[in-house]
Amino acid sequence: MTKYMIRRIVYMFITLFLIASATFFLMKALPGSPISSAPKLSPSQLAMVEAKYGLDEPVPVQYAKYMLNLAKGDLGNSFQFKNASVTELIMNRLGPSVLIGTQGLILGVAIGILLGMIAALRQNTVWDYGSTLIAIIGISIPSFVFATLLQYWLAVEWGLFPVGLWKDGWMSSILPSVALAMGPLATASRFIRTEMIEVLSSDYITLAKSKGASGFEIAFKHAFRNALIPLVTVLGPLAAGLVTGSLVIEQIFAIPGIGEQFVKAITSNDFSIIMGTTLFYSVLLIVIIFVVDVLYGIIDPRIRLSGGSK
Amino acid sequence: MKNSKFAWLLSLMLVVALFLAACGGDKEEGTETTTDTTDKEKDATTEEVATDEEQVLNLIMTAEIPTMDSALVTDAVGFDLLNNVNEGLYRLNQDNVAEPAISEGEPTVSEDGLVYTFKLRDAKWSDGSPVTANDFEFAWKRAMNPDTASEYGPYMMDGVIKNATAIMEGSAEYTELGVKAVDEKTLEVTLEKPTPYFLSLMSFGTFLPQKEEFVTAQGENYAKNSEALLYNGPFTLANWDGTGLSWQLLKNEEYWDKDTVKLTEINYDVVKEPGTAVNLYTEGQKDRAGLTGEFAMQYAADPELINESETSVFYFKYNQERLGEKTPLANVNIREAMSKGFNKQDLVDVVLANGSVPANYLVPKDFTFDEDANDFRDVNGDMAEFNAEEAKAAFDKGLSELGVSELEIELLNGDTESAKKMGEYLKNQLETNLPGLTVKLKEVPFNVRLDLDTNQDYEMQIAGWGPDYQDPYTFMNLWLTGGGNNQMSYSNPEYDKLVTSSVNELAQDPEARWQALADAEKLLIDEDFGIGPIYQRGLMFLQKPYVKGIVAHPFGGDYSYKWAYIEGKN
Repeated sequence: MTKYMIRRIVYMFITLFLIASATFFLMKALPGSPISSAPKLSPSQLAMVEAKYGLDEPVPVQYAKYMLNLAKGDLGNSFQFKNASVTELIMNRLGPSVLIGTQGLILGVAIGILLGMIAALRQNTVWDYGSTLIAIIGISIPSFVFATLLQYWLAVEWGLFPVGLWKDGWMSSILPSVALAMGPLATASRFIRTEMIEVLSSDYITLAKSKGASGFEIAFKHAFRNALIPLVTVLGPLAAGLVTGSLVIEQIFAIPGIGEQFVKAITSNDFSIIMGTTLFYSVLLIVIIFVVDVLYGIIDPRIRLSGGSK
Repeated sequence: MKNSKFAWLLSLMLVVALFLAACGGDKEEGTETTTDTTDKEKDATTEEVATDEEQVLNLIMTAEIPTMDSALVTDAVGFDLLNNVNEGLYRLNQDNVAEPAISEGEPTVSEDGLVYTFKLRDAKWSDGSPVTANDFEFAWKRAMNPDTASEYGPYMMDGVIKNATAIMEGSAEYTELGVKAVDEKTLEVTLEKPTPYFLSLMSFGTFLPQKEEFVTAQGENYAKNSEALLYNGPFTLANWDGTGLSWQLLKNEEYWDKDTVKLTEINYDVVKEPGTAVNLYTEGQKDRAGLTGEFAMQYAADPELINESETSVFYFKYNQERLGEKTPLANVNIREAMSKGFNKQDLVDVVLANGSVPANYLVPKDFTFDEDANDFRDVNGDMAEFNAEEAKAAFDKGLSELGVSELEIELLNGDTESAKKMGEYLKNQLETNLPGLTVKLKEVPFNVRLDLDTNQDYEMQIAGWGPDYQDPYTFMNLWLTGGGNNQMSYSNPEYDKLVTSSVNELAQDPEARWQALADAEKLLIDEDFGIGPIYQRGLMFLQKPYVKGIVAHPFGGDYSYKWAYIEGKN
């Protein structure tokens, strides 16, 4: 186990190094300049600014310098926010993104599990069709359309929630979280339904039934637990989906999150923010996938984490 | 079995803990902000006993503040806010004429037009210390210091303030810039050559003062947030964390002209989604919202709609030499056909529908005025107007000169929704009005278009320009032979002579100067058809009827709230 963990952590750093290098060279290949008024400046005016940021040096030198700074944990200063370091920007913007992302995931998965179970236990009834319908809606309607509808009806028309902005504490996070929850909800309910139906028809459930176990006991103690295992596997990708979904949701609800900066940095060639947010998301995903893998091994004893080393 | 139960419990706890932690942090922040506002509201009510209406304005911005350091600012939001929290030697007034602000009256100007001596009025910074001549000297020199890496410092001062060009080329130190504090209240500025628009420059953000002791003491922290800044304008900035989506302007009690300022508080939120902005407006949380695209059409008949004309002009650039080879657009008749071959009125009414107006000119209207307040636009009037017959005649002539019967021309364009719509419309118009022409649309992101422009790798493109100072020269110098923004091999010695005369021998003769610039514009658009004007951009806003006195400016900061007030809200 320890050996496995160490190996995984080493791999994580190698992955990050490769991501950072690839991002660096892709970034340098982008058309345009991080100096926002570059098109207006004369060559001598531009040279003065580029010298200060070291943009006049050959790309390999810039790369070496960048990686050295990165190793020291220095992500540099943003080009757009001229007085803010990348670390400051990420820290200032992290809270709201984490809150709506986590709430969205929990809400989506919880309701998804519930719907999936109802569908499986009441197979081919109105309940089943209803939950399938909700799942199809959740999968096929993009979260930003859903967000706009929620905003219009629940906030503007009925005044139940704030229209947007991050000013009413937790209330501000509800609509964005709900909008984000739709994707995970649909995925979770489909997974649970399929798995439970499969588990419910297996031999040991028939045995449990024959032993006189109650329907409730069978559903929760036996079927549900086994049906959960595959869901854990998709939690990683689901979390990744939330990250990309939040880019748009944050913009619609005018939330000071980190997602919308990710997109803006690319269009404005803000090298330091592109790198900062890319690495941040990479770390987040790598860690989530790692945790899920470890959990998976613990939950299902059939999975050998240290597989191969006999 | 036991193992798995434990794992589930653990993971559940982790998730719940994360959730609670995030919630907790957020709630604290929320409460803090609320208390702040209530305190301020209380303050405001106790101070403003005379007026019974709350003088609070709630606004939306479409982007964050990238920086509040006047040496580093390059964007619209930054210039807009600096114009409201700081004040330079001059300020644009309600009629958009630059008038003395921190400068006490007009400066004395030397005979040769090179040395300006400003006397400063008694004005204070928000910390109560006086605004001195040294604050200007320090700020301007700092903007030219290579260590500051200012973009607009060199851009605005190059060729205007003495030695700026030499500093950029490395043959002079930034300390040798032609600005000197003679004493605490006297500032002497030496120019490179007489500059007719110099006084309007003095209202621009790059020329604002900065207090040396404060900037030096703050060091790296200067301008990091609203606490790390000093203000000498109508308002002070508050509750800005340096990267956030909200901030406030509060009335500056140390401002020398504070009796004019009626608003006590302006609350800003950054909302990038136009639909959300409109929703916040209809809900009453915001007093003003910009309308784009479909929203502009939807609210076209709304009584709360206001239309503002901007000073950005968009036009066809005709590239006469692509990567060293002559294009069909090197033929003046083909260029004439393009310029006159599409209906501009329909374009702005139906396709753009955002308050833009057709442009039959380069220097925008409502932008520059002579001493009798006549618009520069009145000199030349309209040129190269839509005329299908003339366009077709010119096109046929051009074709026979080129010895071809058909022509395919590439039109380089942006890739936004509205740019694409416009591109389709222009293609359709030109192809209909000019039989034998095929327009090939090439839609690319902004940065790619700039790259293609720099390398002169295009045939025709839709481009635009907004002014940097209040003078026709900011548009006219674009097309000088070899100019940095020319990038289309337009060259006419007569044009060059007219335009450069306006900043050389005619610099101190306003009347002859205007005529020379107007003649150059006519030459460019109506004879050479060097560019083909399309439209002057407009903006549409919803604004609550109780909001009064917001002044929109043609360059520099977009708006002034110094004269704004609330009336009839209750």
